[in-house]
Amino acid sequence: MSAGGLPPDRLVALLRTMLLIRAFEELADELFAQGRVHGTMHLSVGQEAVAAGVCAALQPGDYILSTHRGHGHCLAKGADVRRMMAEFLGKATGYCRGRGGSMHIADVAGGNLGANGIVAGGLPIATGVGLSIRLRRSGQVCVAFFGDGAANEGAFHEALNLASIWELPVLFVCENNQYAMSMPVGRAMRVARVSDRAAAYGMPGVTADGMDVVAVYTVATELVARARQGGGPALLECVTYRYRGHSKSDRQRYRAREEVEAWRARDPIDRLRARLLAAGVLSAAAANQLAAEARAAVAAALAFAEASPEPDPATLLEGVYA
Amino acid sequence: MSTATGGTEVGVRELSYAEAIREALRQAMHADERVILLGEDIGVYGGAFGVTDGLLEEFGPERVRDTPISEAAITGCAIGAAVTGLRPVVEIQFMDFITLAMEQLVLQAAKMRYMFGGTVTVPMVLRTPAGAGTGAAAQHSGSLEAWFAHVPGLKVVAPATPADAKALLLAAIADPNPVIVVEHKLLYRTRGPVPEAPAPAPLGVAAVRREGRDVTVVATSVMVPRALTAAERLAAEGVDVEVVDLRTLRPLDAETPAASARKTGRVVVVYEAVKTLGIGAEVAARLVEGETFYHLKAPVVRLGGAECPIPYNRTLERAAVPQEEDIVAAVRQVLAEG
Repeated sequence: MSAGGLPPDRLVALLRTMLLIRAFEELADELFAQGRVHGTMHLSVGQEAVAAGVCAALQPGDYILSTHRGHGHCLAKGADVRRMMAEFLGKATGYCRGRGGSMHIADVAGGNLGANGIVAGGLPIATGVGLSIRLRRSGQVCVAFFGDGAANEGAFHEALNLASIWELPVLFVCENNQYAMSMPVGRAMRVARVSDRAAAYGMPGVTADGMDVVAVYTVATELVARARQGGGPALLECVTYRYRGHSKSDRQRYRAREEVEAWRARDPIDRLRARLLAAGVLSAAAANQLAAEARAAVAAALAFAEASPEPDPATLLEGVYA
Repeated sequence: MSTATGGTEVGVRELSYAEAIREALRQAMHADERVILLGEDIGVYGGAFGVTDGLLEEFGPERVRDTPISEAAITGCAIGAAVTGLRPVVEIQFMDFITLAMEQLVLQAAKMRYMFGGTVTVPMVLRTPAGAGTGAAAQHSGSLEAWFAHVPGLKVVAPATPADAKALLLAAIADPNPVIVVEHKLLYRTRGPVPEAPAPAPLGVAAVRREGRDVTVVATSVMVPRALTAAERLAAEGVDVEVVDLRTLRPLDAETPAASARKTGRVVVVYEAVKTLGIGAEVAARLVEGETFYHLKAPVVRLGGAECPIPYNRTLERAAVPQEEDIVAAVRQVLAEG
């Protein structure tokens, strides 16, 4: 079996990535419910195909910039789940030494230039990363993840325009999960698709099924290759859905339970698993084993994080300046 | 490096403040190919105030990049380039326009290093002309430096002389942190001796521009030459004024003003931005919350901008920011009070 030009082992790897993201966030949710997390968090449960599919299209040396809903991007880009969990719990061993938390996890060595608490805040920065790649002739590509809400910020317009006129190797990936907090995408803009806006910047705009990891991977691969070859930026809209609320304070008055259930029926993990089972790539036992491994990995990460020290208040001012 | 010959050091020429900035940019770009320039009209046009004149011809459009009118994108672009290996120098055409880039500067550039646990550096520079006096009215005459000096993660310099304009800009470019260089529009044509060699001045160190016994005037940017002229007037009346140029607003050198205050016992702080909650409040507070307080013979006087936007009319505009005669009056006031 191969789909999107991917051999079976790559498809299994995509499944493994999505299972890890799901397991991380389900455990995160549980920790929050138990009052073991300080602060808030934004879960991407339901959106795993976008992170997994796009990051699978990248080389290890490529860059991503992530969003406040960034756990999936971080893991898909190859972050160490133990250091991520430690950051989630604010520990000294976390990626940001406890200074960033869920909303600002960065794995700079792994090419993840950080999750961002300001929607569209990362887009102009991604354009600058693209400029740097171009001037250093390093052959890398930069992906900027953002949500449908960010597409209505001014920074979106400025960043896409600048990247386009300078033909920079940046892929702008919109995770259209249907809601900017409570604002439905259809009430927040008059165009049918976020990708329609690409025309205004003279770049390709493509909409992909964000609940199908192979579809996301296929189109991302094409656009990343184009950017790497000097073809310039593109706007990829992945239509997806978040099953959970915007953040922990969300009572979800703006949508019906039936709507959530309808999207759950298209779950990206279930879909890929079913495909792999049908093709005989995976047995049911092997699929269950993958899920169990993901849960074990995050459980081990939690143990690591819990055994890690709190940051020392004496280090409070470290890192403000270089 | 320099030898005194007939009162002029070798390699020290008279340059304007604008020429001194240009020389710093040229030297930094020659020394390090990672240094690039970004901004509106900085190429063929040469910059709204002519600072980047000729740099496009010298370094080409890859490194001297004219941008669309997109302050947020220009600033964010510098951040992204800086964290991935370049040393961008942005020009924001008027300091007021920084409001359009506020999020990128304050929420991204300033916080990125700390938020990410020290794993990135953001070696970018943002140059911008500030200040009143050109009849440009309320949206083109701002002095917003206190906003940025309030933000941990940023550095803010405000050179008052051509030599400092060069030396502090070179230091800003070499610095691994985001640095905002506040240039004053009225200073661009002022001339002074500037060493030819590319010698950065350390950030966070104030300078005593004129020694005196009776009163200390702590000044920033264009208020420095204004204070020096006021000091000459007062000298004719037998009042000996010491003038301290802060040069850097963050990190703030509190010790140089304090040392001067301990000597003179009387302090006037003068700055162009709106007086309330400004740099002067910080300087005055540092003087009175420490040991220096016991050396003061009179209350500290703050002289700042009026509590209004900068008006268009020449007379009103003049009245909105401290002038030489206001500094003279403030010095007389601290003398009268003790």
